[in-house]
Amino acid sequence: MASATYAAAVDPSARAANLRYVAARLGVYAFLGFFAVIYLLPLFVIVSNSFRELPEIAKNGLISWPYSFSLKAWSQAWSHYCVAGTCEGIQRNFFNSLEMTVPATIVSTLLGAINGYVLSKWRFPGSETLFACMTLGVFMPGQISLLPWAFILGSIGLSNSIAGLILVHIVQGLSFTTLFCRNYYVSIPDDLIKAARIDGAGFWRIFWKIILPLSPPILIVTVIWQFTGIWNEYLFGVVFTGGRQQPITAALVALQTGQMNAHPYDIASAAVLIGAVPPLLIYFFGGKYFVRGLTQGAIK
Amino acid sequence: MATLSVSRLYKRFGSVEVLKGIELEAGTGEFIALVGPSGCGKSTLLAMIAGLETVSEGEIRIDGTLVNSVAPKDRDIAMVFQSYALYPTMTARQNITFGMESRRVPKAEMDAAVKRVSALLQIEPLLNRKPGQLSGGQRQRVAMGRALVRDPKLFLFDEPLSNLDAKLRVDMRTEIKKLHQRVGKTTIYVTHDQIEAMTLASRIAVMHQGSIQQFDEPQVVYDRPANMFVAGFMGSPSMNFIPGELTKTDGAPAVTIALEGGETATLSLAQMPAFRPADGKVVLGVRPEHLFRFTENLKAQKPALAKLAAPVEVVEPTGAETHAVLKIGEREILGRFDPDHAPRLGELMPLGIDMSHACLFDPSTQSFIPQAAA
Repeated sequence: MASATYAAAVDPSARAANLRYVAARLGVYAFLGFFAVIYLLPLFVIVSNSFRELPEIAKNGLISWPYSFSLKAWSQAWSHYCVAGTCEGIQRNFFNSLEMTVPATIVSTLLGAINGYVLSKWRFPGSETLFACMTLGVFMPGQISLLPWAFILGSIGLSNSIAGLILVHIVQGLSFTTLFCRNYYVSIPDDLIKAARIDGAGFWRIFWKIILPLSPPILIVTVIWQFTGIWNEYLFGVVFTGGRQQPITAALVALQTGQMNAHPYDIASAAVLIGAVPPLLIYFFGGKYFVRGLTQGAIK
Repeated sequence: MATLSVSRLYKRFGSVEVLKGIELEAGTGEFIALVGPSGCGKSTLLAMIAGLETVSEGEIRIDGTLVNSVAPKDRDIAMVFQSYALYPTMTARQNITFGMESRRVPKAEMDAAVKRVSALLQIEPLLNRKPGQLSGGQRQRVAMGRALVRDPKLFLFDEPLSNLDAKLRVDMRTEIKKLHQRVGKTTIYVTHDQIEAMTLASRIAVMHQGSIQQFDEPQVVYDRPANMFVAGFMGSPSMNFIPGELTKTDGAPAVTIALEGGETATLSLAQMPAFRPADGKVVLGVRPEHLFRFTENLKAQKPALAKLAAPVEVVEPTGAETHAVLKIGEREILGRFDPDHAPRLGELMPLGIDMSHACLFDPSTQSFIPQAAA
């Protein structure tokens, strides 16, 4: 046996196979590495520009190796730079976005969970049609609803306010959150609901005690989806709010456009990065659940 | 202690009639098995008794009270599901107490009830585990514990053993029987397994295509099946059907059946058929265990043994007994034989049919023709 094993280890065809395997692996890594660099390059440029000094950017160009280092752009962007006539940086807009995104995410996710629960476990005549109509919203571009929303926000007195944007995002997000939750809840066995009904639990008790404890995977997916979607949304923010009420996405554009003198690449880079931090954090902490939740069935 | 009575019960989904005039009675402490092939409506009937499906027409009464529109939680029933339906995020104990918590039972009372039930089902060591950490048989026990703990009027089982492997299924079947003998609850038990129905039930309701074909004690259902469907469904391997004609030999009633090559055999009936179908055509029903190797000795013990010769087509030893496929005319029939007297492949076997256990059916209506001593 021992000699047979030894012979196999120096077998020239086995060694060739081994080399081929290593070469193939190297090829795969090189290929993937190449695309990773392409995707990461813009991020590198923005990060490095946020730490470079403006004269150096002006001299060497936007895309070049960084030689200077300064934190000035970050503090400027955060609290001093003049955007649309007020000189307090983008911090106000950052908090606007937070004030808008957090409640809109929580409420739309919770409503989506309740909708999904009703549409999967308490079906009624026409509930499938209703669900189909709700999911139509998934395919509808936001621009279509601009005018109706302008009218509604105006008539209920919420134009140019964070509260108005919260309302818009809750309603616009319901299609997605309902779709996600309903499809997840469909895979929860109906027998659980029947057993709970016999056990004397009602609509809400079943929701709180049985459905919600099973929901973390899909709730995490929905929260990530909603948070990043609402945070990064630009159109509604720029159309329905102005000046001090604008969310950060709208303010970033205002920052780029309202300039007389040299373009402040350093400050713009820092501001963009500040605006990107919350969604990045969400992905960072929830990303693995996101992938898992999208691909995994509910219960075995 | 409670009774259940179901009368003229209909269930329709749109234009599809799933249950057609079900009549069912369960006395106090009775164990009723609803048995039938899949799609016969047995699970729908159980769901209606539980209140999980609405009633299209008819009445369901528990202890004499009409419960047609009473919510499941107010019917004082408990149910064990095929999937067990244990709440995955709760421990076994929480699963068991969930119903009592919903009903705001005091904590001390709850603890006492959990203690009683977990001792009864021997699940004390499992109480703090979640369903995912339990084996199939353990989940089954916890599910029964959840049902038992509330001391309900009516116990409903929906194919509780069909997710278990064969060996465990037999064990749990015995457990359920013991449990029923101990707690004596009125029980409705849905199964597609006729052996479960035979072993557990005090009465069996055989269902087919939305109606009850026969509702009687297990041995009666087995010995005197109401029609050919029941005869074929109950018993495994199932009953052999041989077409024949009612005749007489020596003034006694007999059935003449066709053999190979235009020959016929006339088998004397042990008893007088209650009526004669219009054209005299009947179907003779013989269970596999009533076929024997014919010997004069055996004939002396079983006077109703009728003899004919049948070629042996297939022989299947199972150890305890040997199954063999024999040819009678155009038909193949299956017999269960003692391995010591088993048929041999290719042999023309002297076959004895115990006519005292043979059934007769009317081929036009498929219904049972009773026989009585002449």
